[in-house]
Amino acid sequence: MGVGFATLFGKEVLRFWKVSFQTLLAPLVSTLLYLVVFAQVLGQRISVYPGVGYAEFLVPGLVMMAMLQNAFANSSSSLVQSKITGNLVFVLLAPLSEMEFFLAYVLAAMLRGLLVGSVVLMTAGFFFPLQIHSLLWILVFCLLATGLSGALGVLAGVWAEKFDQMAAWQNFLILPLTFLSGAFYSLHSLPPLWHFISRFNPFFYAIDGFRYGFIGASDVSPWESLLIVGSTCLALSWVTLALLRSGWRVRP
Amino acid sequence: MSSLEQSLPAVEIRAVRKSYGALQALQGVDLTIEQGEFFALLGPNGAGKTTLISVLAGLARADSGTLKVMGHEVTQDYRAARRALGVVPQELVFDPFFSVRETLRIQSGYFGLRHNDDWIDEILENLHLTDKAEVNMRALSGGMKRRVLIGQALVHRPPVIVLDEPTAGVDVELRQTLWKFVQKLNGAGHTILLTTHYLEEAEALCQRVAVLHKGKLVACERISDLLQGQQAATLEEAFMGLIRDVEA
Repeated sequence: MGVGFATLFGKEVLRFWKVSFQTLLAPLVSTLLYLVVFAQVLGQRISVYPGVGYAEFLVPGLVMMAMLQNAFANSSSSLVQSKITGNLVFVLLAPLSEMEFFLAYVLAAMLRGLLVGSVVLMTAGFFFPLQIHSLLWILVFCLLATGLSGALGVLAGVWAEKFDQMAAWQNFLILPLTFLSGAFYSLHSLPPLWHFISRFNPFFYAIDGFRYGFIGASDVSPWESLLIVGSTCLALSWVTLALLRSGWRVRP
Repeated sequence: MSSLEQSLPAVEIRAVRKSYGALQALQGVDLTIEQGEFFALLGPNGAGKTTLISVLAGLARADSGTLKVMGHEVTQDYRAARRALGVVPQELVFDPFFSVRETLRIQSGYFGLRHNDDWIDEILENLHLTDKAEVNMRALSGGMKRRVLIGQALVHRPPVIVLDEPTAGVDVELRQTLWKFVQKLNGAGHTILLTTHYLEEAEALCQRVAVLHKGKLVACERISDLLQGQQAATLEEAFMGLIRDVEA
């Protein structure tokens, strides 16, 4: 990895930093609105785990949801915009390998996800006291989940050739996956069918494992979550890299 | 540059084929451009000029055949091949997030050049862009954006420069600025590959010319030889005669 990779990574970071009102502050506002509505309205009536308040349960879920959505949005929107406006040509003309290309987009997406997550967490922590059970689990799931989402964003960006195709990814895949991921509820409160379906959602494991780092309780073992999130991240990265190497939709 | 590198062709294209579905965009093209040449690639719309440039630059992949830039095969040795090539694309594309200077710095970085401001300043001056250096790309006129595109192709000082219809829809002032700068680069040893529909420009600037027609190379010779062969007074006449002969 050389200067070319560092430049592409830096350019991607600068791109979202220049519009931080939209890329960092807007997600903070929407996540805090969820928090206010759900934690204030439902907080008194719901108890998911014994001894754990609903806000304490909800905050990690919302933070991870924001990280997943924003990491995906960063790599996918940057790529699809560059393809549609044509300026991706400047990257394609450069002596960068597919691995450098992939990692630059994924790492920038991870950074945006982590920044959004940090800002949301710090703001939420101001209103709702949070405990930390294991910082290591928190960091591991932060990195793996934003990596997974960033890689998925690269895949979507490589595939999509129109903005409405990207909107389809957002609305029919990312949104359902993040909302049906246990951010707002425990999997055990679901009917058997939805419980079964949710077990195929990698975002559920990302949220469950991340939440374990805060409250020390989870629907499934954090090791199982680690295995599933990690292997999904690796599998998605492998598929996306293979597609990039084949030139599919990028170097036709 | 070693004596071996000096003797290599700037561009070497052998039996290149490229199809898009049923459309055969390139049908076995062979072409060699020597170092230091100012070479024109001509052809009617849809002849395959941009496809040939795309496969040469690695923007598309040839179905078969080999392409080399300064002796470097464009897929096997893509890093060296791309470092040796600067391409000015036909479309006016730009990244709206950045200023002119940022755009040129980023492009330098892609090619591994971190501290390139002296050369960037020289490019800006030669393209009459110095006073626009800190202006966002969105705020530039079409002609100014075209100049930045040229600058982006030159930031890494490539020995081979490809200009894909660089003067399409631009004013006289930019044309003159551009050709003056490109002639200076050619004089300094850079190989120039130009595609254009303005045949008088090709005639004034280039030594040799190749003509593509429906994905096949139908001529590749010195302009004077082409004029003589077609018994034409101008390149435009010779070009029209050649296309008529091919289609007959």
